[in-house]
Amino acid sequence: MVLALFAIVVWQVVVWAGELPAILLPSPWAVATAAWETRVDLFHGFRVTGAAALSGFLLSVIIGTSIAAVMSQSVVLRLAMYPYVILLQTVPIVAIAPLLVIWSGYEFRTVVLVTVIISLFPIVNGVTEGLLAIPQDRLDLFRLYGASRWQTLWRLRIPTAIQYLMIAAKTSAGLAVIGAIVAEFFVGTGGANYSGLGTLITGWQKMGRTAPLMAALCMSTLLGVTMFVSVQFISRTVLNRWMTQE
Amino acid sequence: MQTPPSSLPSSLVCRGLHVRFENGPDVLRGIDCDFPAGEITSLVGPSGCGKTTLLRVLAGLQKVGDGMIDIDPPAKATNGEIAFVFQQPTLLPWRTAIDNVILAIQLSRAKTLRGNLSPMEAMELAEHELGLMELPKDAFRRFPRELSGGMKMRVSLARALVTRPTVLLMDEPFAALDDLSRTALGDLLLRRWDERPFTGVLVTHNIAEAALLSHRVFVLNAGRIGEPIMDDLPRPRDESVKTSTAFGQLYARISSALRSQGHD
Repeated sequence: MVLALFAIVVWQVVVWAGELPAILLPSPWAVATAAWETRVDLFHGFRVTGAAALSGFLLSVIIGTSIAAVMSQSVVLRLAMYPYVILLQTVPIVAIAPLLVIWSGYEFRTVVLVTVIISLFPIVNGVTEGLLAIPQDRLDLFRLYGASRWQTLWRLRIPTAIQYLMIAAKTSAGLAVIGAIVAEFFVGTGGANYSGLGTLITGWQKMGRTAPLMAALCMSTLLGVTMFVSVQFISRTVLNRWMTQE
Repeated sequence: MQTPPSSLPSSLVCRGLHVRFENGPDVLRGIDCDFPAGEITSLVGPSGCGKTTLLRVLAGLQKVGDGMIDIDPPAKATNGEIAFVFQQPTLLPWRTAIDNVILAIQLSRAKTLRGNLSPMEAMELAEHELGLMELPKDAFRRFPRELSGGMKMRVSLARALVTRPTVLLMDEPFAALDDLSRTALGDLLLRRWDERPFTGVLVTHNIAEAALLSHRVFVLNAGRIGEPIMDDLPRPRDESVKTSTAFGQLYARISSALRSQGHD
């Protein structure tokens, strides 16, 4: 907190002393003023991008957990599916976003799609690892009672994997915001009736309005932090009993 | 509350048991031994002698390469008739003490338990069992991380006993406990056996524990088993037996058997 305040003061002083043009580096004060002036756009953008990031993130959790559940069931399935999961991770999202826009249109759903693609990998990877990282004595206990595959999955593997899911979810939540904003760079340029934070950023960049652009940047960061903190909060409250693997 | 009918304890007879792990030497090399019904038998021996493997074979957790086991009357682990106590409490950390006991009821396929017990009855049964294991009532709904090592082992024993097993297999259950808890749990185990005898097989490193808890002691060494050492101390017994001369003599017999096997 102190560090942040100090940085803002230094920033303000540098702008004053260096007489930098506002298009290059506006002062913190100018950014704050611009944020206030564009508050309606910013809050609207925050809501739209937030909705896209959250939908994409939640879909990733659902789809990723399902894929992981399937992959955890056999080595053959894992070997068959894992290359495609890695493909998801290695395809540069910025490069396929335009393609997805062509296929899916200048729509909210395209933004969600990009978000899912970028935030899916950590979930699949983390949950698969969690479903398989079961201590031998617990597996023996279930084997002893002749527990079915389903019972073992439901009563042992899934509860163990929750901790891994939540660790992955923290990474995914941040990625989801990045995915949504990157997608909006492309979706927003189509002149469609869509305005998220990513759209605002590209729009203001073209107009050379650096101060509101930086305000939008701050809003994006705030969105990422909000998502991260929410995941953390859920881990520590609702899911707390699954978070220690003693 | 409905209590499942108690059945007679089974006897276990092993003939020519061989077990070999992949790319390894034989862990068990022709084990012939009897575990009489309603008696507690201890398996002692140096680390790696195969005693835990023999226990896992009896539980059905380890496949045998050769040989046979006869259980009479037949009992199955999947029915909760053969129960296993691990060296670690092996409690699921996201379940409370009582829910960990209920797990055995949920997983066990015993018709007497799962088929007929409502969740309410299962809970009553688990509470009853935890009470018998002398776990304080306020600990029933605590999570394992909130329990001491001794308390966790009580829960683990309650989970094993809640299905009313006729055979109880124990893999050094008290090894990780302090002396006080070890003594208390040993006494408790004896009391539970006095109330409702089961066939017990106890793997242990501790000669005094073997002498106190069991009717007979087998010494294992390098995958072979010796002649049983009979334990004729009076029953019911508790810790106080340890001060008797007979206990001293028994202790000496077991440790000399261990020594002589060690020099094979």
